[in-house]
Amino acid sequence: MNDSNKNESSGISRRDVVKGLATVPVLGAFVYAFYRKRKYTKQLRNSILENINLSVDEQEIPEITSSGEKIRLGIIGFGIRGPQIAKAVGFLHPEDVEAMKQAAAANSGDTRYQEFIEQPNLNVEITAVCDIFTVYAKRAREAAANIERKGKDFESSNMPVVYDDFRELLADNNVDAVIIATPDHWHAPMAIAAAKAGKHIYCEKPMSWSVEETFELRKAVKEAGVVFQLGHQGRQTVAYKKAREVIDNHVIGNVNLIEVTTNRNTPNGAWVYPIHPQASPDTIDWPKFIGQAPWHDFSLERFFRWRCWWDYSTGLSGDLLTHEYDAMNQIMELGIPDSAVSSGGIYHFKDGRTVPDVLHTVFEFDEYDLTMIYSATLASSKDRGKVLMGHDGYMEVGNTLTVYADRDSTQYREKLNQGIINPSIPILSYVPGKKSIDAVTSATEQYFAGRGLVYTYRGGKRVDTTHLHIKEWIDCIRTGDTPSCNIDQGFEEAITAHMGTISYREGRRVHWDRENEKIL
Amino acid sequence: MTDQPNYSNWQLTLLVVLRILIGWHFLYEGLSKLLNPDWSSVAFLLDSKGFLSSFFYSFASNPDILRIVDFLNIWGLILIGLGLILGLFSRISIIAGIVLLGMYYLSHPPFIGYTFAVPTEGSYLWINKNLIEMTALAVLLAFPTWQQIGVDRFIFKKKYS
Repeated sequence: MNDSNKNESSGISRRDVVKGLATVPVLGAFVYAFYRKRKYTKQLRNSILENINLSVDEQEIPEITSSGEKIRLGIIGFGIRGPQIAKAVGFLHPEDVEAMKQAAAANSGDTRYQEFIEQPNLNVEITAVCDIFTVYAKRAREAAANIERKGKDFESSNMPVVYDDFRELLADNNVDAVIIATPDHWHAPMAIAAAKAGKHIYCEKPMSWSVEETFELRKAVKEAGVVFQLGHQGRQTVAYKKAREVIDNHVIGNVNLIEVTTNRNTPNGAWVYPIHPQASPDTIDWPKFIGQAPWHDFSLERFFRWRCWWDYSTGLSGDLLTHEYDAMNQIMELGIPDSAVSSGGIYHFKDGRTVPDVLHTVFEFDEYDLTMIYSATLASSKDRGKVLMGHDGYMEVGNTLTVYADRDSTQYREKLNQGIINPSIPILSYVPGKKSIDAVTSATEQYFAGRGLVYTYRGGKRVDTTHLHIKEWIDCIRTGDTPSCNIDQGFEEAITAHMGTISYREGRRVHWDRENEKIL
Repeated sequence: MTDQPNYSNWQLTLLVVLRILIGWHFLYEGLSKLLNPDWSSVAFLLDSKGFLSSFFYSFASNPDILRIVDFLNIWGLILIGLGLILGLFSRISIIAGIVLLGMYYLSHPPFIGYTFAVPTEGSYLWINKNLIEMTALAVLLAFPTWQQIGVDRFIFKKKYS
């Protein structure tokens, strides 16, 4: 190697050049093949996407409007959903923080702790909490005081006031806005009182337990002019926003049938929640739980598993149909259906409950010429998803979004005949976290997308939709804007759910009288 | 290694063809990932199973590490592909190819009881195409051709003549 002047004696011969470079032409062939392949893929993509004007921009998380004074929150109800919402606001009980911290230390793939620590600060404080079970009230107080998001090194300071009556919390001048996460039969009475007290409201779904209070709440919120957000955090799901674009751009033609489902198969999923060992008539203010509901003697089952009884619950309609309906209302602005008919029964959980565990409700939307079917079971977890069916194609919506052309579509007939569109391969697929909408997606990507693997760790962050939903509400309190699931959408949600429930309980088809706003 | 192996024409031709085919495969795998702005190894890594799965998960746990892994994978594939086709830095290309394929194999070992999200086009029991391609590269390492057909010929010419 040192002697660089050797090529005269042992020089590189013509033979060497030929043999040394013999495989270079292969690269030429490669470049040609590569160019052909790219051209083909591009043509395919363009021909499918032409006439479909979908934005390919990734949804950004809007900047926080956190300037100005701290907003002072009160939380009513700290059972299961209350702590989840508090976490989305930025407050978690020190024991829960510590548990996440240790889980993260034990498994580096567990990013929940990091995500919680990095969750943006909303510039709020929790000044008051209320729960009628003393154990929950204490936990709420400690969570609310955990401003620094600390674990076992948490030191109490700035403890919020604890109330055992929500009316006292609403009378507190140190509360600007309230979060209501109580059993269904308390949602509207509390929200109405809150509006009358001039407090902004984040209310868990369903918005109301009875038809009458739905009207009262709408009136109270409008008169008070407070910012109202109903807890359908699906409003923040990016795939739904893309689904709306798909519909608006007529990609699947006229939608005539929508199928939404609930598929659960665990005691927890069927509302058989654990009973707290410290719960007793001494620690629970039972009459305050009952409220306007028919009187019943103290019952731990009824207190912790209230969703199983009509007295406090709205059943599948209020708890789970509402999420599905609100997603479709967001995508298609359906409004209240013209009619509803339900059927079902208590087929698996024969534990004394009064609400059905299998339910079907069929809604007709005359103006849209479409039917929406809600099909639910609490005793089978076969995943059926949400599907919107149109003449030209169908769309499956979840965290991801997939659109297929219909084999008998009119709009795509030519491309189907030419073989450009294959009905068994999606014409569009959208996976959050990816930068673009794909017209041609590889089988591998489809598999990963379907299993929710793609967007988990990419781009650094996974975002909690409840956090975004709360943040939108807080931002609106500061700016005076209207949140995405405001009192009007809430009204539509509640009436729709009540129609389903009334039909089931009375065994008849019910109608919505649009002019007089009456369920007939 | 100073003696050039004495292959028959058939032996030499087939070995070079094998080298080119594997090189072509690597090069296209690399380029197609390079030109797809959305491609990332994250889903593949998170789909890993077996005794090394936590090692592969750790690649995906941090966006910075993931970016490095993606970069090394893409450019590794491209450079190995070019090396094999051209017969350039062939030994190191082949060894790198064996290491890369070994990682693919170990991250998704076709062992009894494991199922993967990544679809496979065939049926495998212990042995899959990654392992076969890896072994084919080992054969190429044991039967060097680059001293005769490939850019490395010039290097060897200087070194050993």
